[in-house]
Amino acid sequence: MTRSEQPQDGTPLLKLQNIEKSFGDVKVLKGVSVEVERGEIVAIIGGSGSGKSTLLRCVNLMEVPSAGRIEFQNFVAEFAEGRKNKISGEHLRQLRTQIGMVFQSYNLWPHKTVMENVMHAPMIVKGVSRRDAAEQAEQLLARIGLAERRNHYPSQLSGGQQQRVAIVRALAMQPKAMLFDEVTSALDPELVGEVLSLMAELANEGMTMLIVTHEIAFAREVSSRTLFFDQGVIAESGPSKELLRNPQSDRMRQFLSRVLHETY
Amino acid sequence: MNSDLLVYVPGFLHASWLVFSITVLVIVVSWICGLAAALGKTSSFAPVRWLSTFYIWFIRGTPTLIQVFIVYFGFPQLGLKLSPFVAGVLALGVNSGAYVAEIIRSGLTAIPKGQMESAMALGISRRKTMTTIILPQVFRIILPPLTNEAITCLKNTSLLSTITVMELTLYSQVLIATTFRPFQFYIATAVIYLIMTTVLSQLSAYLERRNMRSAA
Repeated sequence: MTRSEQPQDGTPLLKLQNIEKSFGDVKVLKGVSVEVERGEIVAIIGGSGSGKSTLLRCVNLMEVPSAGRIEFQNFVAEFAEGRKNKISGEHLRQLRTQIGMVFQSYNLWPHKTVMENVMHAPMIVKGVSRRDAAEQAEQLLARIGLAERRNHYPSQLSGGQQQRVAIVRALAMQPKAMLFDEVTSALDPELVGEVLSLMAELANEGMTMLIVTHEIAFAREVSSRTLFFDQGVIAESGPSKELLRNPQSDRMRQFLSRVLHETY
Repeated sequence: MNSDLLVYVPGFLHASWLVFSITVLVIVVSWICGLAAALGKTSSFAPVRWLSTFYIWFIRGTPTLIQVFIVYFGFPQLGLKLSPFVAGVLALGVNSGAYVAEIIRSGLTAIPKGQMESAMALGISRRKTMTTIILPQVFRIILPPLTNEAITCLKNTSLLSTITVMELTLYSQVLIATTFRPFQFYIATAVIYLIMTTVLSQLSAYLERRNMRSAA
């Protein structure tokens, strides 16, 4: 439904080159390069502190890289050590309206109804009229089966429902790509499925997606490519089906056996 | 109350009205100063941060009465002569603003970081994020302490009796000077203050109940 019909000119939608990020003395990302084609689903896995979430947050500049280069359609930004890496607010907002992000802790706004949560950003960022925003929100909520909950507040919904609302809240901006940051990690096990199946639906519709996740089975089924992060670099990468069945490095093998073990 | 005391009722009503209107104006000034100082303290521009910190430190560390005297008696020396009413509203408003700033700041820190992040990630500007996402939530949290502060403002209006504002306290003092009935008049005055502060706290209890519906 929010599929971006861009001309396939062969250039990747997103291009990250040698991204580095330090927090004080701690270097979390040590030069990461990734290219993502339109419609591609990339899973990002790795242990905690491996830098996978930080990379995701660098894509829409929720974290400003210490060094490297980001290209997303017409948006280009270069960062260098020891320089003031400031991007104008206008530029930043333009980038963010085109890249949706969903968080581990849903972050719905508790003082707004479900409907208002979905309508808010299109109205105040894009200047969409209240009527059009409402119409779109109705459609999105109907799609996730929550139309009759439109006037409820987030606290009256289950975690899985809240997370699905958070996903359509991002979709309401009609983004070209979506970032998912461990979106099922805070959910009760029986609620994980409903969120994953919504994400699989989006994937089938051709949405470009970067997914940081611990759901290895989901990554194997839905993503076309998997990146394994270890100590701030991409330690291994490849087609998901092969890589996740047959990892090359010991570290990734260890990681997978740990994660797969934990889920049972 | 003896029936001859009833002749003072219109005067008391008038003085009470003055207390009420001063309090409303003081609260307006106080919220403006408080919001400015609270946001100023989080500013990325250092001088603004210092100014906010100094303001809160000075106001909270000195007696309210002295602040009233500085504005009413002190400012004319600098060429700024204010009427007792204006000087009173200004002094009490700026005074209360420092306390409101601290209340707002504590409310701001109570909002999870994710609220700001999810708004920013959708491309909402910093200012709009503040006014449409963060501050409405802060307001809910701080309503009870804000009510306490409003009650303090109301009671503090009695300090303005010292700079000739004919509010409730000064009015009763004037009457006592002619009638020699301090007990009756001070009790009556206390009861009127009590009625007004009770109305105020009932109002806030009502607002709080109304807000509870959507609370997380």
